[in-house]
This record gives sequence, C-alpha cells and structure tokens, in this order.
Amino acid sequence: MSIRLDKAWVPLTSENLKSVKGQLGVYQLGDELSGITFIGCADARTLFGLKGELLAHLDRGIQTSFRIEITSAYQTRYRELLMVFYADHQCYPTDNDEADLPRLGTLSPA
Amino acid sequence: MELQLSQEQDQIVGMVRKFVREEILPLEMNLDPDADSLDPDDRTRLIEIVKGMGLYGLDIPEEFGGPGLDMVTRTLVSIEMAQHKAGLYCPCYGVFGGAGLAQLYEANEDQKERYLYPTLRGEKKGFFGLTEPSGGSDPARAIQTRAKPDGDDWIINGSKIFISGADVADFGLVFARTSPDKGRGGVTCFLVDTDTPGFHVRRVIHTLRSAHYATELQFVDMRVPAANILGELNKGFSIANDRLSRQRIPYSAGCIGVAIKAHELALEYSKIRETFGAPLSSRQAIQWMLVDNEIDIKQSRWMTLEAASRADNGESFRKEAAMAKLVASEAGSRVVDRCMQIHGGYGVTKDFPFERWFREMRIRRIGEGPSEVQRHIIARDIIGSSLR
Repeated sequence: MSIRLDKAWVPLTSENLKSVKGQLGVYQLGDELSGITFIGCADARTLFGLKGELLAHLDRGIQTSFRIEITSAYQTRYRELLMVFYADHQCYPTDNDEADLPRLGTLSPA
Repeated sequence: MELQLSQEQDQIVGMVRKFVREEILPLEMNLDPDADSLDPDDRTRLIEIVKGMGLYGLDIPEEFGGPGLDMVTRTLVSIEMAQHKAGLYCPCYGVFGGAGLAQLYEANEDQKERYLYPTLRGEKKGFFGLTEPSGGSDPARAIQTRAKPDGDDWIINGSKIFISGADVADFGLVFARTSPDKGRGGVTCFLVDTDTPGFHVRRVIHTLRSAHYATELQFVDMRVPAANILGELNKGFSIANDRLSRQRIPYSAGCIGVAIKAHELALEYSKIRETFGAPLSSRQAIQWMLVDNEIDIKQSRWMTLEAASRADNGESFRKEAAMAKLVASEAGSRVVDRCMQIHGGYGVTKDFPFERWFREMRIRRIGEGPSEVQRHIIARDIIGSSLR
C-alpha cells in the first residue's frame, strides 16, 4: 500500500458515484490542478459509507474530483493521509477544518 | 493468596464497575465502533470524576501522587475497566490517567526533572522503543541499532518497528547496542528527544487495531548526550525485561474483562433469542459454549490474580505472569469467538462489539510476547536454565 493515495482523480458527479459502494474507507477531494483540498473518512457511523459521504459533498454543489480507498483501517489511514499531507505541505488541506481534525502526530516519510 | 476480596477491594471494584456502566457505556453508543478517544469535554469531565474516586494515575507510585494500589487490586480494577467496546486496548478511554514509562521512576534526579515530572504533569509524552525489524521476542539478540561514543555524546543509528505513540511523543526510551560482543549485556537504554536531528518517524503501520497504529522509526546519526543514558551503560536489557514481566499482569486482566463482558452479552442474548420455538439457552450446543466460557474466564482470573499476589508478596512471579498472559489471551480469544457464534450474523457486524474484540484479541496472543515465548519462559523455569 502506497503511503500516499495516488489513484487517478474522478470527477464528482452523480453518474460517477453510481460505481462507488457503501464500504468504509477514506477519500480525497481535489484535482490535478489544485491538488488535494479535502481528506475525509467514511466511518462505521455513516449511513452509506463512502458513497454516502461523497453524495453529501455532491449535494453541497461542490465542483471537484475525488478518489477513494476502501479499508477497514479507515481511522488510522485517515490520520496517516492527513499527517503525510502535513509533512508534504506544512499545512492541512484547505477545506479540512482544523478544529474537526483528530489528534495527529508528526511523520517524516522517506 | 486470599480467595475473598477485602472490603476495600470490593468497594473499589464496585465503584469502577458503576463508572463503566453509567459513564463509559452511554458515551460509547455515539462513537465510531473503532473509536479510541472521547470528545475532549467528556474526557475532562470523566477525569474529574475519576480524581474524585481517588483512582487517577492508577500506575503512578504512591510517593509520586498515585493511589498506591497493590497489584491484586490493580488487576481487579483492570478487569472492570476493560468491560466495554474499546476496553481491551483503551480501557475507559484513558481517563484513569497514565503513569508514563515505568522505567522513568528509576531515572536519576536530573532525568526525572526533564522527563518524569513533566510526564506526570501531562506536559510530555514518551514512547518505548525496543522492537526492531530483526525481531521483538528476543530483544537481547535482535537489537541492531548501534550507539557509538563520540566525546560526551553517543551517535545512534538504526531503526525500530511497531512503536506506539512515537509520532505524538516528546521523548522516548530507545534501546541500542553499545557493546556489540556482549549479547544482552551490551544493550543500553537512552532517553531521546523526538526533536533531535536524525530522529524520524518514517511511516504508520496499520494493524487489526483499526483505531490505533504503530510506527516505524529511523535514527540517522542521532546525537544523544551521555547524560541521557537511563540506568547504567550496557544494562539496558534488565530495564526492558523488568517491564515485560510486570506488564503481563494487567495485560492479562484486560483480556479477562473483555471475556467477561462478551460472556455477559451472550448469556443475555441466549435467553431472549428463540430458534425453533425455544430460547437458545435451552440448546445444549449453546449451553456448552457458555459453560466453556465460564471455565475459561475463571481459570484466567485465578491465574492472573495468583501472579499479582506473588508480585505483591515480593515473590518471583515471572513464570506465573507468563502463564497468566498465555492462558488469559488464548482463553479470551476463545470466549469472544464463542460469543460471536452465539450471536450469529449480528455477531460479525459493527453494531456489536464482538468483531472489534475478535480482531483485537488476536493481537493479544502476539503482543507483550507471543504465546510461544510465554511457553518458553515457563519451560525454562520448570526445567531449568539449560534451555537458555
């Protein structure tokens, strides 16, 4: 498993979300041009997992792309992606509210 | 060993049991099934309640402000604290407070000022860095991290793996080889600040514990002053070893607590769930599972309390702690598995705690020395040192 989520970006549209299932996991919003703007987690409290979380972003009218990773280790993977982003950019993604973030440590990936 | 709880022990156990049922379980209903932390406001509120109970800082020695529980009482409390969804690895979400690293109580006064006291005040966090990619069960031989003297300093190079909390720690205990030819007599424990140049947390390691990760560390020409040697040069292994034996008792207690809670849920469910017109509890197949649970729990409980009692009496308890750890972790796994089976399809959902316990209990047969190492310790003790 790559430490960074490096799958291709997919436009966030209702058509593209048809193929996303309700599994638990992590996701990112953004695109090639602006990079990662949001890192999210579909945990076991979500009604329809990744699909439900991404649909909620779509319903807010956000024009962006997404990529997902299905994982049962959604909590630790979520924290890892945030820490790796911080290590790369010395800040968190613009659309992640820092007040909502879990307690995070410091990584210095090789 | 007394088979009856004293009045004081009975009161403490009752108090902690009430706390878990009235404070922890209701909060847990609204958390992610894999959560390992509470909302900060809830955490602060519960810590105040625990302080009011006189049980904050359970493992802090009395002379440093801890409640001064003996090991038997501490074991009984651990059994109670584990009886909820996160209870195996995150008993009561940490609101009973940590003691920091037990080895720091053996530090010199300067080191206590810099590391122990700030830890007790909640200003600093530490990690324990022993296991390496070359092995964890035999640290005396597996440690390949090297420390070489350079003036008044030591230069450390190497790596560690499966280290908890290093990414959020301010310092850690790092075990390194200082005399390559001396085996277990050539390992030294260093206090290392995590902002030291050359200290790197390279990656997160995801495990079956989905709310908690371990980390992999790398040390590149990390300069540590000789004043940061904990204990004596080349005597680090005894520091590590003492912790490993003592830690096995509360580790076993956690397994027992989860087994008790799982068994309790299965008992209740078996009385209300009907199949073919009769409750599950009337079926011999289910009765035997429940009977086996009861025996597994009782056996684990007595073996763990015996180890704790020996520790309290100043007797050797290495063999008993190994037996308790072996039996409690394996019995706990069996109990959770049976309870999952009794709950059928519900048992494997995240609506119930069994799937989390099932995953986490599996780690218990490896963590703090796998079952095979416990058997090795017991064999060495009963047969003699020729097995070394």
